[in-house]
Amino acid sequence: MERRDFIKIGGAGMGALMLPLSGIAVSADQMLDKPMDVAYKKKLADIALNAAKAKGATYADARIGRYLNQFVTTRETRVDNIVNTESAGIGVRVIANGTWGFASTSNMTPDSVAQAAERAVAVAMANSKFQTSPVKLAPVKGVGEVSWQTPIKKNAMEVPIKDKVDLLLSVNDAAMSNGANYITSILFLVNEQKYFASTDGSYIDQDIHRLWAPFFATGIGKNGFKQRNALGNPVGMGFEYLDGLEKDKVRISGAGVGYNNSYDMVEDAAAAGKQLKKKLAAKSVEPGKYDLVLDPAHLMLTIHESVGHPLELDRVLGYEANYAGTSFATLDKWKSGKFQYGSDIVNLFADKTQPYSLGNVGYDDEGVKTKQWDLVKDGILVNYQATRDQVHMIDQNESHGCSYSQSWRDVQFQRMSNVSLKPNEKDISAEDVIKDVEKGIYIAGRGSFSIDQQRYNFQFGGQLFYEIKDGKIVDQIEDVAYQSNTQEFWNKCTQLAGKSDYRVGGSFFDGKGQPSQVSAVSHGCPTTRFNDINVINTARNV
Amino acid sequence: MTILSEQKSKTLLAKVLKYSKADEIECNLEGKVGGNIRYARNTVSTAGEESDLELIVQSTFGKRMGVATINEFDDASLEKVVRRSEELAKLAPENEELMPLFGKQKYSDSKTFFESTANVTPDDRAEAAASSITPSKKNKLVAAGFLEEAVTFSAIMNNKGLFAYNKATDVDFSVTIRTEDGKGSGWATRNFSDYKLLDTAKASDIAITKSMGSVDAKAMEPGKYTVILEPAASVGLIRNMMRSFEQRSADEGRSFLSYKAKDGEDSEKAPKNKLGQKMFDERVNIYSDPQHPIAPTAPFSGNGYPLAKTEWIKDGVIANMPNSPYWAKKTGMPYVPRGENIIMIGGDESLQDMIKSTRRGVLVTRLWYIRALDPQTLLYTGLTRDGTFYIENGKIKYPIKNFRFNESPIVMLNNIEALGKPERIDGHMIPPMKIRDFTFSSLSDAV
Repeated sequence: MERRDFIKIGGAGMGALMLPLSGIAVSADQMLDKPMDVAYKKKLADIALNAAKAKGATYADARIGRYLNQFVTTRETRVDNIVNTESAGIGVRVIANGTWGFASTSNMTPDSVAQAAERAVAVAMANSKFQTSPVKLAPVKGVGEVSWQTPIKKNAMEVPIKDKVDLLLSVNDAAMSNGANYITSILFLVNEQKYFASTDGSYIDQDIHRLWAPFFATGIGKNGFKQRNALGNPVGMGFEYLDGLEKDKVRISGAGVGYNNSYDMVEDAAAAGKQLKKKLAAKSVEPGKYDLVLDPAHLMLTIHESVGHPLELDRVLGYEANYAGTSFATLDKWKSGKFQYGSDIVNLFADKTQPYSLGNVGYDDEGVKTKQWDLVKDGILVNYQATRDQVHMIDQNESHGCSYSQSWRDVQFQRMSNVSLKPNEKDISAEDVIKDVEKGIYIAGRGSFSIDQQRYNFQFGGQLFYEIKDGKIVDQIEDVAYQSNTQEFWNKCTQLAGKSDYRVGGSFFDGKGQPSQVSAVSHGCPTTRFNDINVINTARNV
Repeated sequence: MTILSEQKSKTLLAKVLKYSKADEIECNLEGKVGGNIRYARNTVSTAGEESDLELIVQSTFGKRMGVATINEFDDASLEKVVRRSEELAKLAPENEELMPLFGKQKYSDSKTFFESTANVTPDDRAEAAASSITPSKKNKLVAAGFLEEAVTFSAIMNNKGLFAYNKATDVDFSVTIRTEDGKGSGWATRNFSDYKLLDTAKASDIAITKSMGSVDAKAMEPGKYTVILEPAASVGLIRNMMRSFEQRSADEGRSFLSYKAKDGEDSEKAPKNKLGQKMFDERVNIYSDPQHPIAPTAPFSGNGYPLAKTEWIKDGVIANMPNSPYWAKKTGMPYVPRGENIIMIGGDESLQDMIKSTRRGVLVTRLWYIRALDPQTLLYTGLTRDGTFYIENGKIKYPIKNFRFNESPIVMLNNIEALGKPERIDGHMIPPMKIRDFTFSSLSDAV
């Protein structure tokens, strides 16, 4: 992608985090503009659909989008950047000659919209000469005119800039007065106002909100430096997520606090400062086999990489072969009905209806009502994540509702649903999961993560590592990463905490596709134990 | 048409400046016209064209700054965007690190635009796809690939007399070709400013050869091996290292370029960073140069400051570190903007020559999913992908299973056996490298 599509935020704590900046900046007051009138959106959408049909399309959908973002970045005692962006336009997707075509425009006059629809048909016709078998869509019944909104309590776009700046500067102060030497803290706020219409007879108006409030703290010691990133989650919520309610805190004795649907960012920053001092003095891990107890704020990313991605049907079929890769979870394994993805206590499900999650919407970007379904049941692989044009390839006739596009400008395609691990039916605590471990490591927070292009071999780090001895957390250790193989790892899953410990984390900028698009997705899980996992030491002299 | 000429850009930006009431104003005008085609399973999956034009206005009152942008260009919109940036500036907190804008600058000539790339048509893109799909079908293989080309321009003007303009072209092509049974996979990538230099059939042919040659890969024990890294394999590690090249984080003690005072050394008097120190093999020379004939870039950075050839590593010694105007002033150093390209000097040997001179080693096509493990040692992990082969007595002996590596480019660039002829990759010039004792830590079953 082009350099101007990103804001680059420096700071050693983040490496060089490249963030997609889709859209144009607008002033704060404009963020509060009323969305475009629904009746006008319907009129424009009908123009697009009719123009496509007139040119020979057998199916068409139109997405009219207004995408608002706000990013506030601070560093130590000052504000680095306040960016407001807005992007609005229409994307038209068609099937003509059995082939997909797509075109988009930011010019939302009737003529321009009709021309975009005609261009989409022309693209489909041109590409149809390569088509070996025509696109086959799973049926979707039109839903008429409906609407859906993320269940927010405080619209983050309406919170004054000053309150946001004050929060971040108090976060920075809490970290630095407790031991951090440097800190960058950020607020990412997203509001997608999306209108979808299709020739199936659906007119769906959705107002979607997401928020992420990360920080990246650094502590410097005699022999080098250490980093500790925020343990809060990106969420499908409003500014109320930052209220820091006690009921959403899970305290793990000897380790610290985990957060569910409410985040105390200042408390977490103060803890980060103290933990940085301990990290600088902590002993380096002895490599070898350990029982791992993984906190939800860590395990969510392991689920994302080792379950969410390999069970995307487009990867399995080869559509992502040139970029993200394919998948070890091939169709023959699924067809056998016996492929042991994990131990029999492992139940993984996809769910785009999960409240407060990043993937929570009423309808996907091809008008399919969202739902929950099983991916791995009692350890056995039972299903994938698919879109309307894919499900017939796995002998199903109902789309899973996994279509998403990052903006009106880009074509929608199959993206990961929220994928989560079911908690233990017995409501046991994280301490109960730890108490049987003789020699183990407790890991919290997301760190370095790397996995091969078919999702077999992975290596993950974390933010906080605690040695477990004889059923108790002893002290912080450092330089931990574990290496395993997806199927082997999930078959070593031996214990899960119950629903009181279940928390939802997520990935705000998940990349896929060419040209690359980002999406946001959540993963829920309880504290979970995996026995006998290979741990390596990541410290090295250079 | 969203590619404005230099004169039209100047006229438009001058009009914007006239609306300003701020102490300082700087405007960037950026446009793009491009197209792409994507294919998989031996058929085209998506294709599209895009065009975009955007105006970014930055206004400053004292130490307060505001930024607003717009993509409408009538007079009312132009005035509105200026007023809006001024309103935001008045709301923003003071930033003591805000520096004054640069005045009028002189730039070297630009070599970034090629008509051949600007003239690419949908048929050219379809032909590129066919150059992979047709031979793949013939060989019972499965092709997936992507071609994207664009013309871009950028113009900058401020009320201190600065005006800069550049027009550029770029084309990216990559293809993965797999055997039908999924036991073999080969890949090739090409990136040029000049479309004429792109031979998609030749690149596809390499991917086909690697795909068929990588079937039934044998497992080798993980450990330290002599490796030959093709430019596509080493570019990720080199680029990550160069992104971490930065004076401020080094001075602040949180970089691999930070200087650690020795026992007994007065830390106050000791240098803060490793400028002037030898960190790599003396054959390592890395610089940026907007005038490079194969990998040219705009002759100015995003703030309008001229870019010239700048050495970062000279004979293994840290020669320069990029900084910001603020940090340069604070530390009494010259301002050194980050370069847009990475040019690494190599030798004359071809990849084939390097294989011939290798008794035992591993040829690596590319590295995948590279992630940092430790920013102070620049230790990275990742995996080999799409063509990993065992070399014995100067010949490729057989394909081997992919490895996970845990290695630092600092170690890698100290363990050089040979450097080959540099090639353009991702806008940079990187040589193939023969490296001893490269650390592979585990095996992967992925093909």
